Formats: sequence, structure tokens, C-alpha cells
Amino acid sequence: MSQVRILAVDDSASMRQMVAFTLRDAGFEVAEAADGQEAYEMAQREPFKLVLCDVNMPRMDGISLVRQLRQLSNYKFTPLLMLTTESGPEKKQEGKAAGATGWLVKPFNPEQLIATVQRVLG
Amino acid sequence: MAGIDLKRFHRAFFEESFEGLDTMEAALLRLDPACPDAETLNGIFRAAHSIKGGAGTFGFSDISDYTHVLEALLDEMRAGRRAPSAADIDLLLRASDALRQLLIAARDEQAADRAPADAIHAELEACLRGAAAPAAAPAQAAAADQAGGWRIVFAPHASLFASGNDPLRILRELAALGAIEVRVRDAALPRFAALDAESCHLSWDIVLRGDVTREAIVELFAWVEDECTLDIAPLAATVPPPAVAEAPPPAPASAAARAEAARGEAARGDGASIRVSTAKIDAMIDLVGELVITQAMLQQQATRLDPAVAEALLQGLAQLDRHTRHLQDAVMSTRMLPVEAVFSRFPRVVHDLAARLGKQVRLRTFGESTELDKSVIEKIADPLTHLVRNSLDHGIETAEARRRAGKDAVGTLSLRASHQGGHIVIEVADDGAGLDRARILAKAGERGIACEASSMSDGDVWQLIFAPGFSTAAQVTDVSGRGVGMDVVKRNIESLGGRVELASRAGHGMTVTIRLPLTLAIVDGMSVAVGDDIFILPLPSIIESLQPQEAQIKRVAGQGQVARVRDEYLPLVALHDWFSLPARPRAAHEAILVIVEAERRKVALLVDALVGQQQVVIKSLETHYKRVPGISGATILGDGRVALIADVGEIVRIATRAAAA
Repeated sequence: MSQVRILAVDDSASMRQMVAFTLRDAGFEVAEAADGQEAYEMAQREPFKLVLCDVNMPRMDGISLVRQLRQLSNYKFTPLLMLTTESGPEKKQEGKAAGATGWLVKPFNPEQLIATVQRVLG
Repeated sequence: MAGIDLKRFHRAFFEESFEGLDTMEAALLRLDPACPDAETLNGIFRAAHSIKGGAGTFGFSDISDYTHVLEALLDEMRAGRRAPSAADIDLLLRASDALRQLLIAARDEQAADRAPADAIHAELEACLRGAAAPAAAPAQAAAADQAGGWRIVFAPHASLFASGNDPLRILRELAALGAIEVRVRDAALPRFAALDAESCHLSWDIVLRGDVTREAIVELFAWVEDECTLDIAPLAATVPPPAVAEAPPPAPASAAARAEAARGEAARGDGASIRVSTAKIDAMIDLVGELVITQAMLQQQATRLDPAVAEALLQGLAQLDRHTRHLQDAVMSTRMLPVEAVFSRFPRVVHDLAARLGKQVRLRTFGESTELDKSVIEKIADPLTHLVRNSLDHGIETAEARRRAGKDAVGTLSLRASHQGGHIVIEVADDGAGLDRARILAKAGERGIACEASSMSDGDVWQLIFAPGFSTAAQVTDVSGRGVGMDVVKRNIESLGGRVELASRAGHGMTVTIRLPLTLAIVDGMSVAVGDDIFILPLPSIIESLQPQEAQIKRVAGQGQVARVRDEYLPLVALHDWFSLPARPRAAHEAILVIVEAERRKVALLVDALVGQQQVVIKSLETHYKRVPGISGATILGDGRVALIADVGEIVRIATRAAAA
């Protein structure tokens, strides 16, 4: 499990901390970005094994981030998961259409997060 | 993973939520109902959205529920389905206030008073009902548990990999639910030469045995339900699948298997910051203060060394001196906050107050990024609020009065911050009526303040409003209150080592200028010798130092001594006497006069000698001993001795009062 680098993207520092802490606790390495733009720049420098991103963020939202990452050859098949609060189908569809692998509906607890991450990485 | 305690994230959650509320409030106040800015609306929505998400995650479900309605309303506006009216903005402002109360209660682990939040919750819902009700969520087909198991036909579309999904993962998840038998259908698999490795050509027939609900299975396919043909049927009801050759599914093209590069670079974010408690920073400042003292001590010892012999050591000490200064600057800068931290509260204050007073006021702020010490920021908030309220209440006229005067009906209040030398200057300016000289003089007469109306300069007249209890408001309003007035503002600012200045033009408005030191932790001081003791005089209050001629010092009956400096007679205070130190029979003209100024009044302090100029780290005497009149603090000198820092303001006040009596 070592060396698996995950990029966590959320404009909320507490959510980011929670996600990063939980994943690190589970043995993953985690890089953090505060918005889509920052994440996109980081992702261009390094191929992460998984990107977890919030939907609503300043500068670049999660859906645009997913759309843009999918254009990168390094991210053609990388799992891109959206952390979404909207449980309605609209955002999920929008995310899927942009190329997201799946989603995790907030609020989620650390166990659910790990389970989901292991589902795509294990 | 059950070991992770979410409480550890609470602090960050609350800090960020309060920041989010501030952002929300500022944005709401900026929002123009006539032409709502999409990005402003988005910002407000995001703030509410983050609070809701965090509250849900960290276990504050009541806050999450409350914020949900708020968010829903904002979403309507953001999506353009509803134009925010002034009433909506007002409701949203009140909603953010109630949310703040809920958050405060949650943070302090107290039971929240739900009444205001519930009332607003109801209002928000009523507001929302005006818009289309969201379609009911499609009811899930609730199938009964299937004792036998399920037959699943999973035929992904060719594009499945493009979303980062992998059928193998889903099969693995299925295997975790119960015993599975998997058969692959490879009929669609093209010849190898024509094979597109990035597309999925296989499908699967799966038999899952065990006590599994249909939902559990549907859930596993949730991410791919639109990217595959999926058929889930109870085991008993299906016919056996046609026999097909078993083959392992092809491994999806692995795009992720690339060397990891530039890890260090990736970890660095732009504008990255961390939160540190102020206690830690204060501890660091204390330590750096000690280091500065130790360094000064070494420096002093080194002066006894022969430069020829100890050249390397002296060079090292000089370097240490430089690094220590830099370290001190760097540590001090961690306490610096942009003045925006206090400016940001005023849009709301002005909005509410203008509405209450029936005036139209636009607030403009400049130099919000100007930094100053956190402790100073905390202490100027109240005086600034008072000045802003004053300007709105007494300065800026009603729209009607302004129109009559030929001015823009909307008054302007400006807050401006800037650095000037070692000081920060904050200006509160309005374009209102300005101070009324006649009224101030009349009021002063009423209050029995002696003044000669004809000969007083405007500047002197303006100073009158700083007199305790002075108020020229034609009637006392609930806004500016009574009693606590400009005198309190002035006292608060001066206790920070600052000054308040006033400028006013009748009909054009007035400007209050506050000049403050950047920090309260360090002061540039002049060390002076008084007998065997060293005292520190804050450099900003010193005007000049001189060696007096005997003729310059005069004794005035009943008033002690005065010093004549450039045709001005100044009260003379001998620090020996002031601090009751053993008297030294030394003639005044053999000593040094240090002319200091506070509150625009000057006093000549008599000391034995000037020792030197240095930055000193202020240590509170009150926390370690008790408050001593005429002393504002203490510091430790290079030789380890404690030197007291003279409270020039207090000395001047007492000395001039004595002289005037």
C-alpha cells in the first residue's frame, strides 16, 4: 500500500484535513489542494493514483477539474471521485458526464471513506 | 478505522465555518439586488455549502439540517431561478446570524437556543416554497431479501474505462458480498490486431449466492449504472446461462502505473498556510526576546575583548546579532494580521446602522492588507466601531439634508489603513456635515469647560470633544449612546501608544486619524541613567534631548521647576524625585533634559545621562508584579539587569496637571 499517492481537493480545510488524516492513517500518502486550479497544476506535475475532489470550489470547481484531468494522458483511467453533498441525481450525472469514476456523498465517516478508496485502489 | 476521533477536526471546522460566515456576510452586503453578481452568489453558496458539509461530517446534524434550507435557497438564486430581493438578502443575513449562534453553541458545547434558528428556518422554507418544490426522490424498489441469491448480467459499455472504472473492482466487491461464480462473455472481443485496449469488450454473467439484498448489489453498480447494461434477477427465476468459455478479463490499460515524480514540488501549494494557536506564537516571541537579551549580554561582554585576539569570535557575534534581529523580525511578523480582520466587520455595522438611522451610506475601505500586530488589531476594533458609529450618527446627514446641501444623497464613509514609518495610520473619514464649532463651544460652556471662544484655533476646539462625557449630538440616540464618547476612544488609542487626530471642514465632513505603533511587544527605546538605575523612554515620545544651561532652569513658586526651551516653559520632572530614588546632589545643568510629548503637551525630564538607543522587548510588570504608576512595563538589559520602561503619557498627564493647578 505504500507509495500510493492520493490527491485530496477541497476548499474546506477541515474536510481536507479529515480526508487526508483518515487516508494517511490507512497508509496512503496524501497531497492536498484547496481548489480545482491548484489540483490541476499539481496533477500535471505528478500522476496521482486517485483524486478525491469536492464539487463546489472557487477558481475551478470539481466538475471542471474532472473534465480537465480526463484530458491528460496520465489521468485517462485514473479513478476520480467526487465528494458531493447533493444526493440528487443532477450533480452525479454532471460529474459522470465530465468523466468522474464515482462519488462519495457527504456527510461520510472515515470508515466509508476508506471503504470507498479501497474499492477503487485495493 | 473506527479509531479516528472526528473531534480533532472540530477546531478547524469551527474556525473555517466562522470565516465562511464572515465571507457570506460580506458578500451578501455586496450583493446588488438589481444586478446580482454570479461570482458573489457562488461565493455565498459555497460558504453555506461547506458549512453544511462539514457540519454533517463532524456530527453536527442540527446545523447541517438548518444550513440545508439556507443552501437550497442560495442554490435557487445561484441557478438563476430566483432573483435575490432586498428582503431575501435581509433574511439571509439574519439566517447567517442564527447559524453563527448555532455554531457558537456547538463550539462551546452548550445547548443552543433553537428558537431564533427555528423561526428563520421556517421563514427560509416559506421563502423556498415560493419556488418549485423539488421532485420527490425516486422510490427505490425495495426487494425482499433473496435467500437463494442473484443472477447478474453485467455488460459494460465500451467506454467504461474512460471514467476510471474497472469491472474487476466491481467483481471483487461482489465477491465480498457472498460466494460468486463468474463467467465471462467474450463474443464481442475483436481480433487482436483490431483490439482497442482502452475499450471494454467483455461482459459477465455472475451468480451471487448468499443473503444479499438487491440494494446492496445496485449500490455496487451505482457509479456505472449509465455505462452498462445491468440485469439483476433472483436466482430461481432465471434460466441457466449459455455455456461460454471462461477467460480472465483483460487487465484494463493501466494509466496509473507511472513513475512518481516531483513529489516535493507537488506538496507545495500556493499561499499554503497552517493554523497555529497564538499561545505558541507568544511563547516563541518570549523565547526570541530572551535570545535578544542573551545576545545583547554577549555583545556587552565582548566589548572587553581585544579585537586583535578575538577577531573570529567578534565576527561570529556580529553575525549572531544580525541573525537574531532577523529572527526577531520574522517571529514578530507571524503575529501580524491584515487590518481587514477588523475592517471586515464594518460593512455589516454600516448596513444595519444606516438602515436604522434612515440614511444612505456607502462604505469604502482602502489598504485592508496593511498588517499590524494581532494584539493591536483586537484593541482597535472597539474604538474604530465607535468612530464609525459616530460618523454615521452625527457626521453623515440624511439623504434629504444632503440633497439640500447640493451633495450626493448617498454619504460616503471611508476607512483607510497605511504604513507610515514604524506606525500604522488608520483614517475614518466621512463626507458629512463636519464638526460644528459654535455648537462645540456652546456645549463646552454648558459643561463648564473653560475656553476662550474667540482666540481658540479650530484644532483646539476639536480637542474639546475628547473631554470626558462630551457629546454634541442634538439628542442622545441609541446609536452613539451617551457618556462613553470620544474621550474613551482617545484613551484606548493612547493606551496602545497611539495618537488620535481630528480634521474637519464644515459641510465637507471630518476625518479622524489614528496613529498606532505596529506592535505592542517591542518598543524603540532610549535608555537613560538615573542614579544607578537605567530607565527606558519610548523613542516615539521623545522630541529632543539637550544639556541645559543653568539659566534655562527656573523654580516657579508653587509649581516646582520649569525649563525654558526655545521660548517655551515646560514643567520639569526630575526622574530621581519622580521614582523616589536616592537624591544625588547634582546641578541641573550638569544633567540632561529629555523633552517628551504626550497628548500634545510637553514635559522636560531630567536624567543623569543618555546611555543608548535600543529596541527593547516589553515585559508586563502587571503580570509579574503589579501595576506601578508612571511605569508601563519592564525589560531586561544586555547585562541582565531589569530596566523599567517609563509611562511617558502618564508622567506628562500628572506633571502638566500639577503645573496647571
